[in-house]
Amino acid sequence: MTDLLAARSQMAVSLGFHIVFAAIGIAMPLMMTIAEWRWLKTGDETYLILAKRWAKGTAVLFAVGAVSGTVLSFELGLLWPSFMNWAGPIIGPLFALEGFAFFTEAIFLGLYLYGWNQLPPRVHLAAGMIVAISGVASAIFVVMANAWMNTPTGFELSQGQPIHLDPIAAMRNPHAAGETVHMVLAAFAATGLAVAGVHAYWLLRDRANEFHRRALEIALLVGGIPAILQPLSGDLLTKDVAHHQPAKLAAIEALFHTEEGAAFRLGGLPNAERQAVRYAIEIPYGLSLLLYYDPHARVAGLDTVPRKDWPPVAVVHLAFQFMVMAGFIMMGLALWSGWRWWRGRALERETALLRALVLASPLGFLAIESGWVVTEVGRQPWIIYGVMRTSEAVTPMPGLWVPMITFTLLYGVLAVVVVWLLKRHIAAAAAASPK
Amino acid sequence: MSFELILAGVILISLTFYVLFGGADYGAGVWSLFARGPRALAQREAIAKAIGPIWEANHVWLILVVTILFTAFPKAFALISMQLHIPLSLMLMGIVLRGSAFAFRTNDVVPRTVSEAGAQKFWERVFAVSSVFTPIMLGTTIGAVASGGLTGRGGTFIEVFVRPWATPFCFTVGLLALTLFAFLAAMYLLLEAEENALREDFRQRALSAGGVAVLLAGAVFLLSDSAAPHIRDHLSHTVWGAMTMGLAGLSALVALASLWQRMYRLAFVCTVSEVIFIVWGWGVAQYPYLIIPSVAIADSAPIQTLQLVLAAVLIGALLLFPSLYYLYRIFKGATIRRALE
Repeated sequence: MTDLLAARSQMAVSLGFHIVFAAIGIAMPLMMTIAEWRWLKTGDETYLILAKRWAKGTAVLFAVGAVSGTVLSFELGLLWPSFMNWAGPIIGPLFALEGFAFFTEAIFLGLYLYGWNQLPPRVHLAAGMIVAISGVASAIFVVMANAWMNTPTGFELSQGQPIHLDPIAAMRNPHAAGETVHMVLAAFAATGLAVAGVHAYWLLRDRANEFHRRALEIALLVGGIPAILQPLSGDLLTKDVAHHQPAKLAAIEALFHTEEGAAFRLGGLPNAERQAVRYAIEIPYGLSLLLYYDPHARVAGLDTVPRKDWPPVAVVHLAFQFMVMAGFIMMGLALWSGWRWWRGRALERETALLRALVLASPLGFLAIESGWVVTEVGRQPWIIYGVMRTSEAVTPMPGLWVPMITFTLLYGVLAVVVVWLLKRHIAAAAAASPK
Repeated sequence: MSFELILAGVILISLTFYVLFGGADYGAGVWSLFARGPRALAQREAIAKAIGPIWEANHVWLILVVTILFTAFPKAFALISMQLHIPLSLMLMGIVLRGSAFAFRTNDVVPRTVSEAGAQKFWERVFAVSSVFTPIMLGTTIGAVASGGLTGRGGTFIEVFVRPWATPFCFTVGLLALTLFAFLAAMYLLLEAEENALREDFRQRALSAGGVAVLLAGAVFLLSDSAAPHIRDHLSHTVWGAMTMGLAGLSALVALASLWQRMYRLAFVCTVSEVIFIVWGWGVAQYPYLIIPSVAIADSAPIQTLQLVLAAVLIGALLLFPSLYYLYRIFKGATIRRALE
């Protein structure tokens, strides 16, 4: 294994691990707060118990998210020192802002988790709302920095070095809006529907359980609306990619040759050597229509990009396909739930819907993982698109497979423990929950 | 005063807060490892109760240090993270294990079987051991920044990636950091203890940690003669240096004496001031370098970035300090009142 590959793998493992906890940290506070607000409004104790149960799970997940996020902030330098030396002054302010947002989040989460008896109810609710808002703010700042790596702005190049820096312009980079909206929606959709799946599982066993019924309603509301909006946000983001990162788009669509009236490919195995895609279902003119609303529009293929600047095509294409499929299934589930609710049906009686929610519960997180594969692998071989190669950014430190393996093992163990703990929590909650 | 100097000051202030607050959380973990005697369980419970609501907020000071460092001083950040890859990675593993284990330990469901109680004990232990390990790595890193090994020049693997930090000096700084954290923690815990026996337990621990810290600080000073000459010169030959050293020493002695006499308010003030003088004695002695001898404070990001970061810091501080004040008033109000009475 080369040191570059080891560094990329360590970054991928660290990001892939952290993003799950980060997404939960964005969405869970809103759900806890809604439950608590319903309690204050209706006086129904079930909502209070729900808010406390969710808060307990959030405490574990947030802690793991906080420490794995710390690792990432150091890894930017440990693995990519040249990148940070180059880009720190341009995108660093975003991370500093994120630092303050995260600070606010941690302070008010402490107040929320430990302050049930010390804070007046309204203040406690307000603390939860501040956690929810600052969580979203952190996500926005960090994803804006990632968007800059895709569409770098706010500097001029002079002999390979950035001059005339404008960090504000860097924040307003072309991908910033599309990528942040997409990630925030993803966090809510994935978490909401995953939690809905957990409570659907218990409702299938005990349909009259008020606790799980209320939990399901809130989770479906928080996850469902973003799940319905997400395909639209994805469509807009893909159009941004087509405009600013043609190589990534070509890899996403496995489009080896520039075409007018390009077809949209469903599935398929791209082979970069033979520059061909096998086993794909082709929808004629689909891609041209989707991107440019014109069946004969020209879509740039990988042949417009030098071979050495190609991202790995198969990985990006398959990850994108999986993400889109997961997104549509989640949208379908959200619409299905919404429709049954609209028709006045009690959701706990909808056996088929509950089963589908259980089956689909990990889908959102798998979609988030594959979405990051699309963004990050699709940007290769660049770390800053068109400006700096990943191979130029990697640390000269040899033997990088050692930290890579160590962190992978560490995160693997932690993942197992977290799943085990949550299972026990949910089982304990189900055993003790009010009927 | 130039922007880069102000931001270097902001980094030092944030680091000081990290030591005073976050450091004490590590120190609390140290005492969890050394919980002994008939009140071992009560000690562990007091520790978990003390740090539970605040450790995550305290931890963010470190993230602030890192983000401001890589924004305002990218060269320094790149060099530190390149040449100190090994101790920093070890420190990060400690941070991950400490935080996760504490969360697992605190938020597990009430154990119903022997094996479940065993799991909780296991996480308690992981939390405690990583609380000892992490500060040593943090101190080692700071020792390396101070001692002039981070030259940025090429060489063999050992020369570039190991020798800058694998020295007796750096390791002693690591132990000093650990001992100071433990000293702070014992001091805070004794103030928080609600019963006398528990307070006496933490008083004894504070006395021993405070005593060892004086010895280690002396050892660091002696070793700095050859290992960190720039710092040593500054401390010995400038008025500011001599003053901070003198005040640190005086604070240490008064802290120990007043602990002995059970004058806790004075002991508390002197413990905190001892730590502040040590951190600032080192920090100011670094001047004009951020990393001795290769990166100066003047090697900063361009002015546009510095202005923006400073604006973010000022606005952030307006948000941060009232929130932190509220957090501490809610959970530590009683302790603070007792300390200041």
